Amino acid sequence: MTAVLVPLVVLLPLLGAATALILGRHRRAQMAVSLGVLSAVTVIAAVLLVSVDSSGPAVVYIGGWDAPWGITLVVDRLSAIMLVISAIMLLVVLVYSVGQGIADQHRETPVSIFHPSYLILSAGVFNAFIAGDLFNLYVGFEILLSASFVLLTLGGTGERIRAGVTYIIVSLVSSLFFLSAIALIYGATGTVNIAQLSVRLAELPGDVQLMLHLLLLIAFGIKAAVFPLSFWLPDSYPTAPAPVTAVFAGLLTKVGVYAIIRTETVIFTESDVTVLLMVIGGLTMLIGILGALTQADIKRLLSFTLVSHIGYMIFGIALSSQLGYTATIYYVVHHITVQTTLFLTTGLIERFGGATSINRLAGLLKASPLLGVLFFIPALNLGGIPPFSGFLGKTGLFLAGGEQAAADPATAWLTWIVIAAGAITSLITLYALTRFWNMAFWRGRRELEGYESVLLGSVLEAPEGATVTATRTTPVLMVVATSALVMVTICLTVFAGPLFELTGRAAADLLDAGNYVSVVFPGGIR
Amino acid sequence: MTASLTLVVLMAVLFGAGVSIMLERSLTRVLIGFLLVGNAVNILIYLMSGAPGLAPILGEGVDPEAISDPLPQAFVLTAIVINLGITAFMLALIYRSWWLAQLGAKGDLVDDEAEIAEDAEEAADLIRSSAADDQAIQDLIDASDEEPDEDLELEASARDDLETRPPASGAPRPTDPGATP
Repeated sequence: MTAVLVPLVVLLPLLGAATALILGRHRRAQMAVSLGVLSAVTVIAAVLLVSVDSSGPAVVYIGGWDAPWGITLVVDRLSAIMLVISAIMLLVVLVYSVGQGIADQHRETPVSIFHPSYLILSAGVFNAFIAGDLFNLYVGFEILLSASFVLLTLGGTGERIRAGVTYIIVSLVSSLFFLSAIALIYGATGTVNIAQLSVRLAELPGDVQLMLHLLLLIAFGIKAAVFPLSFWLPDSYPTAPAPVTAVFAGLLTKVGVYAIIRTETVIFTESDVTVLLMVIGGLTMLIGILGALTQADIKRLLSFTLVSHIGYMIFGIALSSQLGYTATIYYVVHHITVQTTLFLTTGLIERFGGATSINRLAGLLKASPLLGVLFFIPALNLGGIPPFSGFLGKTGLFLAGGEQAAADPATAWLTWIVIAAGAITSLITLYALTRFWNMAFWRGRRELEGYESVLLGSVLEAPEGATVTATRTTPVLMVVATSALVMVTICLTVFAGPLFELTGRAAADLLDAGNYVSVVFPGGIR
Repeated sequence: MTASLTLVVLMAVLFGAGVSIMLERSLTRVLIGFLLVGNAVNILIYLMSGAPGLAPILGEGVDPEAISDPLPQAFVLTAIVINLGITAFMLALIYRSWWLAQLGAKGDLVDDEAEIAEDAEEAADLIRSSAADDQAIQDLIDASDEEPDEDLELEASARDDLETRPPASGAPRPTDPGATP
């Protein structure tokens, strides 16, 4: 019944993008279209989540072609959760950028390009989440990448072009890896349907499986910014306009994480790369956060914490246990929300304080207590302070790790090391964010000149030097959008119990690959 | 699975050449490298369809076993379209970065104040040049009044004066009706 709704989550944003492009000269109409479309998708995603959770996954065969031949769209619990959270994020960030656009006469985010590109980006993200075959997943990635190229180089300033070039070339290379992997997988199995692959790949010789598996992991690892494939992220994200950075940081890397989850659970059921993933997860956490320590610029600092916290998700995936996936999915949801919120707050800080470097910001708490609250709550949340969702997610992951270590004594030492790395990373995150808080919010405005502190001794400015922009007004709409997201992060904490139950059911779905197969092939597989 | 050796060799050459060009610093070469590798991947996909057969159109009297695998062809088509779009965007990006490298951020800034100052300068030039023209003509008339036999020589020197004077930037020289005797 609700299966009818599934294609709409991709179709509506695409049609909306076309309409928005036609309405290029009518700003209000264009904003109404994009806000309307994303609100509709949010509602549809919520309906899908409820229906999928109560009555099983929704499968759509596009054009009536049956599974291995046609394009299949599958929404199971994991997809539905990802759809809901990303639709909410996209909607809130759109409200934020509308507020910003109205205040700045659309200088930063010119509507005629921004809104269509933004909607296409949404379509790509949603398409990746509901794709039932590898090639459709690739198309979803390409849609969101092309739109992200445009959004990242908005305005075409020298700084953005330079950052954009790195991002674009890295993304293209990752796409080529993905496409080659698809070609080889098709050659080996004769199908790209994920459900069918789940059965056929398991029949291949072990070394062929491992090669295909690693090729896919490299492609997704670049997109998810996993160490050592994460070098591009801190150089490219911070230069974009605040709402664009927020969406990229929140969603794009998580699409990669989602693809890795699918790869590990459904596609490669036999091939086992637990140790590799665990080592990479631990290294991603530590190296990412050590990079964050030396940054003076809050945008770059947050980009490094973004890389670092991807490590937690990789660790959770590596555990591949019921509790591990439960905590990973919860952590993905938490991290999407909190990282987006922090980047939106950074946008407000930049407008209010005229800079993003801790060497140039001071006295913000006295000037705007509300801004203080909007930064403080997500910062503590990211740092993993109880009772916030970051703490709950990390606790879940560490518990799952402990369980795994007890169950598998051979790799127990490795698991404990990664858990320790996770705890250290969490503390260093807290340190980096508290330092920013101390300098930007608590330091008096008059102390800014000639201020010396051990805290500032080791920080590096952004490569282009810290830019100081004129302070601008902070429109009500932007503050409202950011506050709404802070409320969402608090809701993740308050409703953690039901959410953990939901992600637990999603994890149970994931661990039973046969379930996914029988959903796509109700009549059995040939 | 049967694969054509020619295509395998072609794919390998394209991969190798593309990757080595992609490692260059220049953006244009990176784009060319991307195109070569992209086509290598397309050939790789095409290779996966196995032995070539009839055109994959299932009509009456066509043996489904004899036609070639249509799916890789569909993949390749999609990939080509995506590559085309990306290439167009990359070309725009390269042009933009060339523009910025040549002119800097000033290339596309038309400052209001600078424009007004330029206009004022042009107007001043115009006034100055018409004043100088008047002066030259006056000199000419005076000279012709005093010394009728040096007329030609003086006229020539006056013309030299006119020509060596820095020209008013871009402004059309005003024609003075008094210039013709």
